[in-house]
Amino acid sequence: MTIDVPNSIDDTLKMLERAHYVGERSLATVLFLALKMRRPLLLEGEAGVGKTEIAKVLASALGRKLIRLQCYEGLDVSSAVYEWNYAAQMMAIRLAEASGGVERDQLEADVFSPRYLVKRPLLQALDSEFGAPVLLIDELDRTDEAFEAYLLELLSDFQVTIPELGTIKAASPPIVILTSNRTREIHDALKRRCLYHWVDYPDAAREMQIVRAKVPGIGERLTEELVRFVQAIRKEDLFKLPGVAETLDWASALTELDAVALDPAQVSDTIGVLLKYQDDIAKIQGTRAAALIDEVKAELKHGK
Amino acid sequence: MANELAPRPDPLPAGGARELGTGKLAQNLVYFARALREAGVPVGPGAVLDALSAIEVARIGEKRDFYAALQSVFIKKKEHLILFAQSFEIFWKRRGYMEQLISMLSPQAQPKNQKKQKAEAGASRVADALFKQDKRNEAPAPSLDLDARFTMSATEVLQHKDFAQMSALEIAEAMRLVGKLRLPQDEVITRRFEASRRGGRIDPRRSFRNGLRAEGLMQLALRRPRLRHPPIVAICDISGSMSEYTRIFLHFLHALSAQRGRVHAFLFGTRLTNITRALRAKDVDEALAQASKAVPDWSGGTRIGTSLHRFNRDWSRRVLGQGAIVLLFTDGLERDGLELLGPEIERLHKSARRLIWLNPLLRFDGFTAKASGIRTILPHVDEFRAIHNLSSMRQLVQALGVRPRGLGPTEPRLWLKQADAR
Repeated sequence: MTIDVPNSIDDTLKMLERAHYVGERSLATVLFLALKMRRPLLLEGEAGVGKTEIAKVLASALGRKLIRLQCYEGLDVSSAVYEWNYAAQMMAIRLAEASGGVERDQLEADVFSPRYLVKRPLLQALDSEFGAPVLLIDELDRTDEAFEAYLLELLSDFQVTIPELGTIKAASPPIVILTSNRTREIHDALKRRCLYHWVDYPDAAREMQIVRAKVPGIGERLTEELVRFVQAIRKEDLFKLPGVAETLDWASALTELDAVALDPAQVSDTIGVLLKYQDDIAKIQGTRAAALIDEVKAELKHGK
Repeated sequence: MANELAPRPDPLPAGGARELGTGKLAQNLVYFARALREAGVPVGPGAVLDALSAIEVARIGEKRDFYAALQSVFIKKKEHLILFAQSFEIFWKRRGYMEQLISMLSPQAQPKNQKKQKAEAGASRVADALFKQDKRNEAPAPSLDLDARFTMSATEVLQHKDFAQMSALEIAEAMRLVGKLRLPQDEVITRRFEASRRGGRIDPRRSFRNGLRAEGLMQLALRRPRLRHPPIVAICDISGSMSEYTRIFLHFLHALSAQRGRVHAFLFGTRLTNITRALRAKDVDEALAQASKAVPDWSGGTRIGTSLHRFNRDWSRRVLGQGAIVLLFTDGLERDGLELLGPEIERLHKSARRLIWLNPLLRFDGFTAKASGIRTILPHVDEFRAIHNLSSMRQLVQALGVRPRGLGPTEPRLWLKQADAR
């Protein structure tokens, strides 16, 4: 069952809230515009800030199917768009030959029919039976320029040509969300087709909201201290800053350990949930972590 | 005077964009796009139309929505967000933009109540873009708040490097040489396939089509994985001690990026500058002129550790994907402490598929890896290339093309061992 797209920015914000996604108003604005203007939305941001989650939430809130294409280096048409089922085709030919008396042209038409077509995510998105789906093209920066160029063509016409079968055009174009971690710059031509939004780390208040929404049963004191600690760590000079995903992991880890407040020893033991590089861990673990915890506690005491 | 001000917004009515006639709004958007463009944000001609339709579609009544909507169509890169914020602030938000203008143009009127002189990032470029034409009209160019920014770099040598012109013949020769360059291990296997006559695996799709065409046995078509050059990232030291080599190396980089694409170039002395875009200019002299304009610290000191730190933090994840080869071009004589250099070079080595160090100091006979900076870097490079005479492109290309065999002269550990033995 598909639900109509929201009618205003406020509606969009409410829709996100209903789906337990705590987001900025600017994100709601961009989402609303993308839906109304029927333009793809390019979300860029550091890893773990909830880019993929946006597409998932959108799909569930609008009652659409989510079709996800995970990009990787060397992604090609046969794994992104379509592929013929050669084994089945071969079998069909053998059977036809064994029974005899089949016209060659007839056989060719039979073998290259939709029955033997394996649809990959992009074709599925164009050829969906139940309303326009949400098409998530995840980590676009991992694929190469050639695939980007192909995508450009697909995103402007929403159609695919299969030589043996003809052109397949989307009855209603899918809602397209692209994400990128910026391991490589996306080509300008593709960016021009899209609306752009930079997903930043949330501020303390919003991050606390997120933790409360996603980690049920977490204590209020722990939430505050933990989020402020993560926010302080993001100001440190680290190679990889922790994202929201890491905050949530850490929050559930500490909840599992029955923590009610941050404790230097426990923080040092569990810091691996938050930081993923040995250099970063070495930098924070121990005295620096203790100092940050003291700062956070002092900050909270003064009611900032 | 007011008529000469450009670009100038017609002030927004209190109700926001909604009450604006489309004509006036469109005009303002065109001005705004122009201002952004001059501030250094590439704004395509289609963006204004997009912005108009975004505003109409969204029926925006609030300033912050208006802001977000414009941002989503005009901005396509994180770096430009701050310029956008500044431009938006100046262009749309401030009602008394005249006063604003006057205060920005005359140094005496610099408001005393302004808290700090620490200029916001991007402010000078935006101010430049919005008020550029007026500055031209004033007789003596007022120094403005630009000075506040420049004091920071007073310690750096601010000079533009003159590049000797290379003759057309030399350039053609350079291109030919670079075309012949085969870096060792310079091809990576991709997951894409290409047709092959023999060898490789069966290509089911083509085989199948062949099979339908002819009677009898199916003709098998073959395919094999396609090979591709990985990206090259050059990090080049331009400090005083290296200055006689940088010219030839930049020429080399320009020829290389014209030849194969996916070449990223960074220069550093005391700070790191990305000159990839400058190198894309077709003409080599123009490219080098652009590059030299972009760099604030030619022939100054070196801070290898700090520069590598900047690279690792800001760029490594963005340019070292897809199996990049890193060419580090420096003499390794670190002026700063070594505490930073060690971990940073190690991090760089771990992020790159192959790290090749080109050191012109090796041209001296009897060079030993004694300097502490060199000893810090050596354990973390895959190849240590002696470039015996950097005066010609030919030698550079030759030096880079040597395939290392066993413990040859490019083996970094060998150099460390030799230095210890003396």
